[in-house]
Formats: sequence, structure tokens, C-alpha cells
Amino acid sequence: MLKMRGPVGPEGSGVVCECDDVFLTEVQRVVSVYKERPEDLVQALHDVQSLRNYLPREALRVVARTLDVPESRVYGVATFYSMFSTSPRGRHIIRICESAPCHVAGAAEIINSLLNELGVEMGGTTSDGIFTVETSSCLGVCGVAPAIMIDDTVYGNLVSEDLPAVLRRYR
Amino acid sequence: MEFYRAHVLVCGGFPCVAAGCRAVRGEIERSVKEHGLEREVRIVETGCLGPCDLGPIVVVYPEGTVYSRVSVDDVSEIVGEHLMKGRPVRRLEYTERLPSVSQADHKRPDYFGIQERIVLENVGLIDPDSIEEYIARDGYLGAGMALTSMSPDEVISAIKASGLRGRGGAAFPTGVKLGFTARVEADQKYIICNADEGEPGTFKDRLILEGDPHKVIEGMIILGYSVGATMGYIYIRGEYYLSIERIERAIAEARRYGLLGHDLFGSGFSFDIEVKKGAGAYVCGEETALIESMEGKRGEPRQKPPYPGTCGLWGKPTVVNNVETIANVPPIVRNGADWFRQFGTPTSPGTKVYTLTGDVNNKGLIEVPMGITLREVIYGVGGGIPGGRRFKMAQTGGTAGGCLSETHLDIPMDYESLQETGSALGSGALLIIDDSHCVVDIACALLRFFEHESCGQCTPCREGTRRLHDIFRKTRELAATEKDLKLARELAGVMQASSLCALGQSVAVPLFTIMDHYADEIEAHLEGRCPAGVCRPNPANADESAYETLQAGNGIR
Repeated sequence: MLKMRGPVGPEGSGVVCECDDVFLTEVQRVVSVYKERPEDLVQALHDVQSLRNYLPREALRVVARTLDVPESRVYGVATFYSMFSTSPRGRHIIRICESAPCHVAGAAEIINSLLNELGVEMGGTTSDGIFTVETSSCLGVCGVAPAIMIDDTVYGNLVSEDLPAVLRRYR
Repeated sequence: MEFYRAHVLVCGGFPCVAAGCRAVRGEIERSVKEHGLEREVRIVETGCLGPCDLGPIVVVYPEGTVYSRVSVDDVSEIVGEHLMKGRPVRRLEYTERLPSVSQADHKRPDYFGIQERIVLENVGLIDPDSIEEYIARDGYLGAGMALTSMSPDEVISAIKASGLRGRGGAAFPTGVKLGFTARVEADQKYIICNADEGEPGTFKDRLILEGDPHKVIEGMIILGYSVGATMGYIYIRGEYYLSIERIERAIAEARRYGLLGHDLFGSGFSFDIEVKKGAGAYVCGEETALIESMEGKRGEPRQKPPYPGTCGLWGKPTVVNNVETIANVPPIVRNGADWFRQFGTPTSPGTKVYTLTGDVNNKGLIEVPMGITLREVIYGVGGGIPGGRRFKMAQTGGTAGGCLSETHLDIPMDYESLQETGSALGSGALLIIDDSHCVVDIACALLRFFEHESCGQCTPCREGTRRLHDIFRKTRELAATEKDLKLARELAGVMQASSLCALGQSVAVPLFTIMDHYADEIEAHLEGRCPAGVCRPNPANADESAYETLQAGNGIR
């Protein structure tokens, strides 16, 4: 089996993947409840992703074997949905909404401040490996726009000045 | 039963959670205990109370005092003054008209004004985690009546007679849809509740699920009985953590009470529900894409026909309905079609739940009868435009909905009237935009969304969304020509005619309405002018002629 060690994220991103046997055994354990149930592929990928915040290629292979679906289909699904990532991400995922309701409420300014504060581009991961910033189509909290979501917590009614305090909780 | 002299309702809708209501609730609990009031005061975390930008919201009954933007530091004053001494804390009291608290609050009739509550009758009033509180508000009565004293046909006839139409956007008559599936012979049929609420600006379904989950379960039982389906699924957005948590708890409670499972109400009819999580794809709100996703595939829409009503999940007849549509079913069965028809208009009966966002004073969740005007919503329930600005545009129905201008303010909001303007009621999102914004910039934001969310399966949508975004970006940079805009119109027309699903077909709706209603403003961009002062030329395009014209026009050398 292919083993990967060492940094695999963008250079200097600080993200390290260790797809060792321990990890793959863990993947096996997580997906075993979906054995030969192709219809649960999306749920299985959610569970696998919760281990390392992304879906390494080797893990997809384990999912394919266990659920008994072609690897191509697993890859197809893993790359279709925006909540899944096949490349390494930071420990915390920051999702920013840039849809019309947030746009009207001044999301562009929040996005700029956040990227400046973290020193990354959209989609990038901070050099300490703590945050990855992604855009979201809608977080469904438009009543408190502009909003960002860090993992499963939403911060609404944001102004740029709020960001440092919010980020400090995760550092 | 315990008797409490006061109830403290803490809004636990997701926007309030985002504003920090959990910490406030914890502090109230601590403080109440500290004052030794825990046997006299009951604290309830409810569903959404309505005005989302004023959170965290706390309501104290029996007085019905509403406190807005309550912080942890305010709690000791509320408990010490109001709960101990019976003196409401005026400093924190919200005295404006609060849109949705609450119809049970007879002391303050001005609160609910033009609102009528059918779908949201319990949201914000009961503890969503308590099945007893739902049952105490006539919950599961409709299901009991349907299963024990009505035939499946009678249920469908009642829903047909009520005139209920799909609230997810397509507005198809619900009773007719049920009739199709009921007629098909099959060994298995399914009910799917579409809670993949991806339309930007819409968050009603999550607040219904989070505020009154048992109502959705009850509605699904009734629909299952009417068509002969024994299994139901709730397909819910993966990002809606709180909704998933609440509905899963509610399903477990319903099973424990024998309201899901075998032989419901001794009728011999069995029904159960399972939750399926999405993973972030707007297109999965389209019913056939949703079904593909539930089968563990990429959420790419299917060719129609066949429609899901005859050939849906695993090839079996499947009824797919929106959360709000399903939540209308129990009250209709309980109270009858005639009762339902007293609300709204003859062709669009009932109410509509809207989420009011953008440049408006009261943002949040409202439920009003069909057919009231946009003006009544914005200047009545919505409290007008903040900061002394003027109303410029309202987008109804989310990103795929049409844009209305000032001349449309007095058009009744129902399915037919909005269709005449080229718009649609859609999902119930109402985005209000004031005159500080530029329509071209807004159009860009909408088109960027479509480009991102096109699933890539069919060419008109995959390529069209990208080209349209390019053209409007160019317009925003004041570099577009008349030819570009002509091409945009043609492209959107082709997409409308030839895209596989509603995603590609509906891009034309916002685009044409913006281009028709704001022709002058867009025209100005061709001449290098943005009347709202938002759009700027991109210096990287310096070699393009429009930019040069602009420089000349502005006297820049």
C-alpha cells in the first residue's frame, strides 16, 4: 500500500498528511458501518473527513473497497460537493458567505480583512496550519449578515474589527 | 404538573445562536438558581422568535416583555429586577413592533399586525425538544384524524380543496402531485422532505425545522398515508448542524411515543423517517439531483420525464415536498380546506413564510397571508429602510428570483401577480436593496453564485453562467459595449430554453428583470458612468476603448 509522509500541502502551508497504516485502519473502522451500502457514500465521506479535515486519496480507496463502489465514483462524489476537500486543510475551516444578501451587507470588506489578517488567499491555509479559508454559497443565517462559519459555529453581524477576537479563540 | 409563575423564553434559532444566545441562557439558568427561583421560573429554549438581527432575544411571560440584544452582563439585572421584583428592565426592552412575537400574546395585539401564523404557529412558543408541548398545541391531532377517520383519497381531496401549492419555489399544486403518486401501483413508495435550503437569502426551512420539528414529522406521516408510502426521508443541508440535531432528536421522541414505526394510531399503517445529510451543493435542492445525492452519487439532475412522482428514489414513486409545504399539511387536515382558504387569495390560498434580509430595519422570519403587497412587507413588518435611504430594488425568491423596482411596490405578493412582473415568489427570500447599491454590482454577485453552483453536467448552464459572469464583470469595470449586453440577453435566453434543470433555466429570471427594470442605469455603465458610484474601471484594462472614453469623459489625462 502506498504510504505518504511529510508535508503535502502547498509549500510552506504547514499542513502535514500522514497516511500511515494507523490512519488507514481508522478509516476502515469508520466506514465499516456502511459496508456494501453504496447509497451511504456521502455520509461515509462525511465521517472519514471528520478524522483529518480532508479526504486523502488512500482513504477514498478504502471507502471504495468497503462500500463496493468504483473508486472513480467515490472520487467523483468527493470532488462534487463543496464541503469535501481532497487536498489537505487546516485544523479549522472558515467558511465565508459571498452571496447577494451578505454582499449587500458588506461581505467584501469582511473577506478582505479576514484574508489580510490571516495572510492567505481565498482557498488557502495559514502557514501555522490552523485555518483554511473557503467561500460558501450561503450559510443560511442571512438575518445576521455578513456572517462567517468556523467549523460548526457561526459568527454573525460582523464588522472587520470583530475578526481578531473571533480568530483568537482558535489559535 | 409543575406550576411556574414565570416563563423565560430564550430564542434558540440559529441566527440567535450565532449572536451568542447559548451563553445568555446559561447565565440566566445560573442566576435564577442563585436567586433560588428555579422552582418558580422555567427557562425554555424556543425556535426562532423572528427579528434575527436583534438577537439574542429573551421574552419573559406572563408579561410578554421582549428583551433584545441581551448580553451575559445584562442577565443579573433581568433576573434581579424583573424576576425577583417584577420590574421590567426598560433599558433593554424592545418596544418597537416585533414582527413575530406572538399570536398567543393577547396583551400586545400590535405585535403581530398583519402577520398570520399557520406554519409558524408554534415556532418561538414551544420548546422544540418537547413532544409534549407540541401535542399540547394540537400536535399529531391531524395525523390521528387522517389515519383513523379518513381514507387516503379523502386526505388528498382535502389537500386539493385547500389549494395548497408547493412552497419550495415551483408552486405546483400539492394535492395534484399526491394524486399522481397515489394512483401508481408499486411495492414501495417514498416521501422526501426537501430541506436542502440552498437559495441565498432563505433560511425559513431551517427555522421551521429548528422551531417546530414535530410538525414536519406529522406532515410527512399524513403525506405517507395519503399515497401509501411507508418510508420518509428528510434530506437536509450538511451545514445545518443544529437543524440535524433537533430533527433527529424529534424523530427519536416520536418513535418512543409510537408516533413513528409500526401500526400508528392502531390504524395498521406504518411509517418511519430517516435523515440524510447533504454535503454542500445548491443544485441538490432540485428534486432529481437531490434523489441522485440520496442514492450516494454526484448531485446531477436527471432528465425529466419521468418525474419522481412515478419514478424517483431507487426508481420507486416518490413525493418530494419542501419543508414549508409539509408544515402546512397538519393544520389543513385538522381545520379543513375552507379554513385554509380564508387566508390569502383565491388562486394562492394560505400564508407564505418569508425571510426578510438586506437594507431593511427589521430583518428576520415572518409569515404573512398571500397577496399582501411588497410595500406592506417592507414598510409594515419590515419597518422601512434604515439610514434615511431610498428603496431601490427587492429580489423575491432568492438568487434565482426576479428583481422588482419601486413601480412594483403595490403589486400583491401571490404566485400569479409576481409571475406577471417576470419574477416569482420562489423560496420566500426577500432581499431589500437601497439606493447606495448598483444593480450591475448586484447582478455580478448573483452571476458569480450561478457560475460557482452550476453542476457542470449540461453545456448551456456550465458555459453560459461563466460567460454571463464575464460580461457583467466587464460591465462593472465600465468596459462593456452594447454588443456585450445583447449577447448576454441571447445567452440567457438560450439557457432558459435548453438547460437541463431549473438552475440554468432560471438565471434569466433575475437577469432579465434587472435588465428590463434598470435599463438606464445599465446603459450608463456603457458610457463609463456608474450612477450609484460603486463600479470602478479596472486599471488592468487600460488599453480597452471604453476605459479611454471614460478617462476622456472624466477629464483624466
